[in-house]
Amino acid sequence: MSRYYTDEHEWIDVEGDTATVGITDYAQEQLGDIVFIELPEVGTMVDKGGDAAVVESVKAASDVYSPITGEVVEGNPALEEDPALVNTSPEEDGWFFKMTIGDKAELEGLMDAKAYEAFIAEL
Amino acid sequence: MSDDLSDTHPDDLPEKQVLPLDAWHRAQGGRMVPFAGYEMPIQYSGEHLEHGGGIVGEHNWTRTRAGLFDVSHMGQLLISGEGAEAALEALLPIDLSTLELGMQRYSLLLNEEGGVLDDLMVSRWPNEFYLVVNGATKWDDIAHLREHLPDNVTLNHLQDRALLALQGPEAFAALDRHVEGEFPLSSLVFMKFGRFTFDGVEMMISRSGYTGEDGFEISLPAKDAEKVATILCAEPEVEPIGLGARDSLRLEAGLPLYGHDLDTGIDPVSARLLFGLAKSRRETGGWMGHATCAKMLSEGSPTKRVGLKVEGRMPAREGSLVFSGDTEVGRVTSGGFSPTLGHPIAMAYVASEYAKKDTALQIEVRKKRLEATVTPMPFVPNNYYRGE
Repeated sequence: MSRYYTDEHEWIDVEGDTATVGITDYAQEQLGDIVFIELPEVGTMVDKGGDAAVVESVKAASDVYSPITGEVVEGNPALEEDPALVNTSPEEDGWFFKMTIGDKAELEGLMDAKAYEAFIAEL
Repeated sequence: MSDDLSDTHPDDLPEKQVLPLDAWHRAQGGRMVPFAGYEMPIQYSGEHLEHGGGIVGEHNWTRTRAGLFDVSHMGQLLISGEGAEAALEALLPIDLSTLELGMQRYSLLLNEEGGVLDDLMVSRWPNEFYLVVNGATKWDDIAHLREHLPDNVTLNHLQDRALLALQGPEAFAALDRHVEGEFPLSSLVFMKFGRFTFDGVEMMISRSGYTGEDGFEISLPAKDAEKVATILCAEPEVEPIGLGARDSLRLEAGLPLYGHDLDTGIDPVSARLLFGLAKSRRETGGWMGHATCAKMLSEGSPTKRVGLKVEGRMPAREGSLVFSGDTEVGRVTSGGFSPTLGHPIAMAYVASEYAKKDTALQIEVRKKRLEATVTPMPFVPNNYYRGE
């Protein structure tokens, strides 16, 4: 399994033909207490860089973008009951959705963990 | 309070405005954001703080213990000189003849058209009136006051003073350990002012605030702010609280936020701030903006500010449109998630026929309709101290 990162602070785990998407620990830290997450419906086609989900913190609503193009195949049911899971476990239990991989070439433009770490150190 | 910086006059300001507690906030783990021409803490990181940091932790701490807010960005003004009382009454819909020495009252600065330029607190001090105005509007307020106050009335902007708010059910216990005054702190009831000393620091304290909780607002010399903040936060009841929780607390308390729920396009009657219009002067007038307010009072305002309880967990934010079925009836001016109630709440202006308690409305958020119910404010009951 390989994990990639975007400069919009999403992570994407690739396993075979499907991928799991979430937001990074850095992102949840910036957003603060999360109270609601609007996930894309199963079957939604999402574009690379396009709106995929919305995170509502106490203070504001923020868009989450899809790291790649594909079709949403599953939303994380645990987030409906406990959206704060994204604060406590952003890069594991607090995943957002699973999707198909429309074009593997799109993964090439994403960062690996080391590159992302260097990226946020500059912010 | 507003995060809209367009009202400040950059030409009048030093290059960078720094609040007296700027370094102190950073040392406490404050996440600083631009606000009202300054950098201010939106929230604190929880590393060294008992409330754990973050808006919800800080919010809940203030509702159960005591939170220290730095509100030194707000404008503190003294109005004095012969005729000051009459001059203020020409600008504010307030009856100062009933404002006793050492008492504070909420009022509104209105323009000729009855639009709200700012909301403010007015207190009678021995030889002057003390005003607290919003940070983002203070330069405009000062310009407006200077333009309209007669020459023999003096306006003094107290730029060498800081303003702290200590809010929450345990605020009294923490502050009472440190202050001595012209009377005991326990005699200070809601909206009363007194002169106190705190470890040698002279301060003017009022029992008031912007959270709905019991609490105090403390005006003190800027040079002593760090010492006082440090001593207060060393008390077991007290932790520093940022702007984020200040906003969620005031929303639960049903208190309007200037620049969002109030602006120059809104009159006090539509805003349902009738307590800001002195009964004795509603008909007689003689204050700027009276004509509009009198008309609204006699005919009723076409729109009204209401509280909305929102179903589900998705917050409706400022700017969201409000519907009754297919009819657009208003707009949300403040909205968020209520940590105390565990569901979203909002303030909105709606057409008056939809402003009745329990009216079922819908709010459009990202093409979805959220069910909402008109609810009396405050959303969370006030906890003011009005005496035994």
